[in-house]
Amino acid sequence: MCIKRKVPFIVLIGSIVLFSIVSMTFGVMHTFKDYIYQPGTLKPVDSIPKLKVGDKAPDFILPSLSGEKISLSSYLGKKNVVISFVPAAWTPVCSDQWPGYNIAKEIFDKYDAILLGITVDNIPTLYAWTRQMGNLWFSVLSDFWPHGEVAAKYGVLRSNGVSERALFVIDKKGIIRYIDVHDINDRPHLEVIVKELEKL
Amino acid sequence: MIKKISIFFATVMSCLLLMDYALATSPLVEGGIFPDIKLSVPKSPDERSYLGLPDKDSFTIPEIKAKVVVIEIFSMYCPYCQNEAPRVNELYNLIDKNPDLRDKIKLIGIGAGNTPFEVDVFKKTFNIPFPLFPDENFRIHKACGEVRTPYFIGIKINEDGTHKVIYSKLGSIQDAQQFLDLILKLSGLKKEA
Repeated sequence: MCIKRKVPFIVLIGSIVLFSIVSMTFGVMHTFKDYIYQPGTLKPVDSIPKLKVGDKAPDFILPSLSGEKISLSSYLGKKNVVISFVPAAWTPVCSDQWPGYNIAKEIFDKYDAILLGITVDNIPTLYAWTRQMGNLWFSVLSDFWPHGEVAAKYGVLRSNGVSERALFVIDKKGIIRYIDVHDINDRPHLEVIVKELEKL
Repeated sequence: MIKKISIFFATVMSCLLLMDYALATSPLVEGGIFPDIKLSVPKSPDERSYLGLPDKDSFTIPEIKAKVVVIEIFSMYCPYCQNEAPRVNELYNLIDKNPDLRDKIKLIGIGAGNTPFEVDVFKKTFNIPFPLFPDENFRIHKACGEVRTPYFIGIKINEDGTHKVIYSKLGSIQDAQQFLDLILKLSGLKKEA
């Protein structure tokens, strides 16, 4: 009787031990990206458009990672501008978007364009986050305070205070030539930007 | 009562164990086989020749004319893959300059979620000498268990056309020479090299 009672316990303990061993052996798939917060699948778009192609791009001045303040109007007559809003630092798709643009400088140069990356995070957060991306050639701007003001002006501030994953292509006259408020869960392909820059 | 609870927990834990084991025996586990994935035969004659493929539409990994194929699953958007690129090029060069290995070990890359254009940007930026394949819709990535990048898989191809995964790990290869030595050892090519 006593032995009979012990059998399930032995099976239980054995299962736990085996499970732990197998998990430790095969479950170690977390080498790098433990710092990335996984929000799950989100509502693709959660904002109301305020701008359309052909509108004048609203001007803004935002602090950048390099310490200087960047204004959109400073590029008027000089450069085409691509603005890449990404929702937030330390989130999955965003962390794998700008590093791709970082190896595409030649493409932007070819079309006399600059890239401005904007999130609603503050500068220290952006600093820590972008360090994993290597040396970024483009400006990273903080739309932290007043919180999301520029994202709101561009109609891409979501209801929870982060921005959409959105691209705006603005020509040298300051006119918006392309808008892509993308599904927040997916990354837009690079050639989309290239095709729009080709048209300028 | 205690007996019933114990049996219940034992059953649950056994199920979890089986699930864990099922995951562990996915195609990318060392000793397993690689998913039966078709890739487009490269248009470049040089790349076709490198892989020893006939001029047809598609191929599977065991059709590559080699004894070992090393696959890197990467993304042009992944900064770690960008950092890894020179090391993987070094691995290619170590193999290429060794006449005993040149025809036995082949490298390919699969760009998870990358379009042909994006793969091309990656290839040009880092002067990658071996064939890269786009996986725009994550089809291959999903078949490989949605691994993170960079992920390296070594596949030994046997004379009879069967194959076996001999290496399957997330992260940097660390050192090209040491990685090559490891692949030689795991594949049994060391004696031949």
